This record gives sequence, C-alpha cells and structure tokens, in this order.
Amino acid sequence: MPLLTQRIPDENDYCLVASLDNVRNLSTILKAIHFREHATCFATKNGIKVTVENAKCVQANAFIQAGIFQEFRVQEESVTFRINLTVLLDCLSIFGSSPVPVFVSIAGTFTALRMCYQGYGYPLMLFLEEGGVVTVCKINTQEPEETLDFDFCSTNVINKIILQSEGLREAFSELDMTSEVLQITMSPDKPYFRLSTFGNAGSSHLDYPKDSDLMELFHCNETQVNRYKISLLKPSTKALVLSCKVSIRTDNRGFLSLQYMIRNEDGQICFVEYYCCPDEEVPDS
Amino acid sequence: MKFRAKIVDTACLNHFTRVSNMIAKLAKTCTLRISPDKLNFILSDRVANGGVSMWCELEQENFFSEFQMEGVSAENNEIYLELTSENLSRALKTAQNARALKIKLTNKHFPCLTVSIELLSVSSSSRVVTHDIPVKVIPRKLWKDLQEPTVPDADVSIYLPVLKTMKSVVEKMKNISNHLIIEANLNGELNLKIETELVCVTTHFKDLGNPPLASENASQDRNLEQMAEVHIDIRKLLQFLAGQQVNPTKATCRPTELPLGSTLGGHIYCGLVCRASHVESGCSLNSMNDDHRSAAHVQLTLQQVSL
Repeated sequence: MPLLTQRIPDENDYCLVASLDNVRNLSTILKAIHFREHATCFATKNGIKVTVENAKCVQANAFIQAGIFQEFRVQEESVTFRINLTVLLDCLSIFGSSPVPVFVSIAGTFTALRMCYQGYGYPLMLFLEEGGVVTVCKINTQEPEETLDFDFCSTNVINKIILQSEGLREAFSELDMTSEVLQITMSPDKPYFRLSTFGNAGSSHLDYPKDSDLMELFHCNETQVNRYKISLLKPSTKALVLSCKVSIRTDNRGFLSLQYMIRNEDGQICFVEYYCCPDEEVPDS
Repeated sequence: MKFRAKIVDTACLNHFTRVSNMIAKLAKTCTLRISPDKLNFILSDRVANGGVSMWCELEQENFFSEFQMEGVSAENNEIYLELTSENLSRALKTAQNARALKIKLTNKHFPCLTVSIELLSVSSSSRVVTHDIPVKVIPRKLWKDLQEPTVPDADVSIYLPVLKTMKSVVEKMKNISNHLIIEANLNGELNLKIETELVCVTTHFKDLGNPPLASENASQDRNLEQMAEVHIDIRKLLQFLAGQQVNPTKATCRPTELPLGSTLGGHIYCGLVCRASHVESGCSLNSMNDDHRSAAHVQLTLQQVSL
C-alpha cells in the first residue's frame, strides 16, 4: 500500500482518471484498431475515443464510453495525447491476454486497471492488479497529431446495410489479397450487395441477397459501385471477428463507413468504426 | 570406459524425460558427466554476455534400477560426453509408455550413447526401439572447465512467484525491451522492471518469502527493505522459465503444496547476487527439489549484462 500511495500524486492533479475491473473490456476494443503503431486518444466526459490512421486514406476509431469504466473522471473539457498503441497493448495484457477459462472465472481472476494522465507532457500511468500482484506502467505520450476529418455525414448517406458479422467474417478472412482492390456494389436492384475482387487467379464475386437471414437492414437508394484498396480494408478484419453486427454505409462521394458493434465480456456494447476513401472512379459499365 | 544403466519405474522414466526436455530447451549441446553415484548435465556458456550456465545433478540411485560404469581410470572414475541435447529428448519421446529404458555407451564406428526402449505391445512379444546418439568423448585435460560452479553468496534470496504469472509478465516485457532489472529484498518483495525511452514497466510481487540464507553472516545486518538489483538478458530468463515445464493439473489440485508449479516438484529460488564490481555480479536461478525419491538439482546461472 505505501508503494502505491507514495507514487500517486494528489488525485486532483490528474486530468484523466479511469478505473476498470476487467482490463480486457478495454484491450479487446483497442486490438480491433491495432493496425498501426501509434494512436491518438481523445477523452471527454463521455468516454475515450482512440484513433488510428494509415496513408491518409483510412481511419479507425474505437469508442470506449464512460459507462464501460467503473470510475471515469475528466477534469478538462477534452484531453488529447498520442501514444504507442503496441506498447499500450503489451502493458494492458501484461498478466496474460488469453481469456479466463469459464470454470475458473470467479471474481478476482480479472486484471483490474487504473489509468491516470496528468496532462500535456506527462506520461500515461497504468496501474494493473491481478491476484495481489501490481504492475505500474509509465508510457510516454507524444505530441498529438491532427487527425483526418472524413466529413462523413449521415444526411449524405446513400446506401446503408446492417449485416450480422458472421456473414462477412468468412468473406473478409478469405479475401483474394492478390487483388489490389475490393469493389463494393450496393444497389436497390440485383445484385443488391456484392463484394468483388480481381486477382491473379481471376475475379470473384460474392453476392448477398437482400432477404437473407444475415441482413438486418437493407436501405439502398441508388446503385453505387466503389473500389477500395484491399490493403487498407484488410485490417478491419480484426474488428470484424470481434463484432456481432456491422453497418456498411456509403455517402454521395463514395466514402465507406464500417461500424462494428462489439459486445464485451460484461455484455456492454462498444463501437469501432472504420472510414475509408474510394480508390478511383469506376468507369460506367 | 564403460557405462550401462536401466530405468524400469514409469515415474522415474517420466522424470528423466522431463529433465532432458528442459535441457533441450535451454541449450543445443550439453555435457553429460557420468560418475559412480550421479549423472550431471552441464552447460557452460560463460563467454558471451549474459550467457546461461547450468548444472543439473541426478542422483543415479533415484532413477536407475541398474547402473554400472567404469571411468577412464581408477583414480578418475568419471566419463564426460558431449551430446546434442535435442537428440536425447527426441529419443526419450518414444519412451512415454515404455516398459523399460536402457542407456549404454557403445562404439559403432564412432562413440554413441545407445538408448533402447522396450515398448508395451498388445501381443506378448515386446518391441524395442533403439536410438544411437552420437557423442564426443571429452578428454581429461578439458575436464577442469566443467566443474561444478560455486554459487556466490547471495545478498538476497527469495522464492519466485507462480511461474505462469512470472512467465507471462516476462514475455510481455520481452516485446518492449531486451534487458530486465530484477530487484528483491529480504521482505519478500520482488520487482521486475524494464526501462526504455518509450515506457517504464514495473511489476511488484510481494509476500513471496525468503529462504533461509546459506551463510548466516552474509546479510544479517542488511536492511529488510533494501533492494538488491541485477540486470539480465530477458531472452535468457525466458528460456529458463520456459524450460521449467509447468504442470497445470498438479498446480490446480494442490495449490498450497506446489505454489510454484515446477515439474521438479520442489521450490525454485532465485538468488540475486550483487557485488561492488558489475562484472562479478550475476543472478543465479536455482531450482531445488526436496522430493528425495527422484531428486534432481538444477542450478542455472544467468550472468549480468555488463552496462
């Protein structure tokens, strides 16, 4: 006990304090967007948003709302810092990342977390505890970089589909990576929703009928055919495997928004979202 | 030079297999020293920075039902052999449900350690699998390099926490840094620490307990809270932790008796040594067994990385 109290400055010194009984509720969501080394974190009184970007073309956001945490306090309007996500995830899973087997999941086998941040220029402090063993991590934060604004507005959305994730999981894990692009067709008429690749071994098309059991919502206004770099979309598989539902939307510019609904171990719902810009204009066929 | 030995007891056979697996995980080649009352597996790799050296002792009567040996001469009644440790562990893989195991030193154009395994079969006829493991006989002039290392007096020695937790922590730390700092005091507290430009991570274990010190006078006046620290190569420590094959079934059904989950069934202690000069100090991880029936004494030294 003296060990901890000795090192913690006054609670009021921190502009961000968050506690969590089960660290996996946080680490799982962060793993879903871990396709680049660095992430930018924004904390407001509503929760934390963690953003990862690549090639100025794709952006992934994980939302961990305040309700997920047992304690969540933000002293300022908003707190922003950049952090090495790989290191953060290694620290969060320091007591092992494998899920607790069901038959021993009695209270106390979870890793508890307390996260504190003192403000600009200070490191992010993590206090992790499992079975009386305490780990203290001091992760240096970096200058926050401006993140992209995709200006994806729901009023501009042309087509929207909500699918049960299992319907996309196999399709995404078996994408023909020799194809440079993934072409997504969304249309009020046949083929309704089509994923196409054009690889070395030939083209492949995967159609989803609109009355499929997997289709929770089908709301397409006009036919849109857009291509997205497959290398940019592939990392979203990480979020897909964790999610139960996925919403696929495109706006009038062909920008793609993928929203994943992820249920954590306590049954709470979190969202991870990917934005991707289209690759090129598709010639009319 | 003659050597032949036989194991018939299944528990002894399994134990011998586990010891050989552990050694195979630690090193490519090892030295086997055969003397009338014990077998030693020796690993000395002191040359490189942070090298691992190991001294593993098996009392022959705890393992073997028959044991005959004749050393190079009457006054030097010992045999030193160099062998690829994986070959031995691979040969012993077939011995899992064996009825008996025979080991002998043979000469088949070149010196070999011949392992014959008598397997059970459905019919009454028995099957024998034989492995010839090529060995190098180490000449007497090199024996002096392979003597039992003396463990320097420790400033602090402490029991290790549950190996599974420790291994998981060290594994994650390895992703971030190459060097690990181990700190311990006589108050049962152990810290594992890494420091890099990006991050500092410290894991605090407490209430671990300290084994009684071998030399009484060494740390009598040492402050209980004062930490002794060593810097070691994380990969070497992990190699050692991985070598200690955890037996989860035993650990869960007898948690109080086997708090450390070691296959060797006894306690493992980590003696931390700190001396004035950095080159002299080192960390030795000792694994001791109290189970006298099949006692194996493993001593592993990790040299401190000089800073």
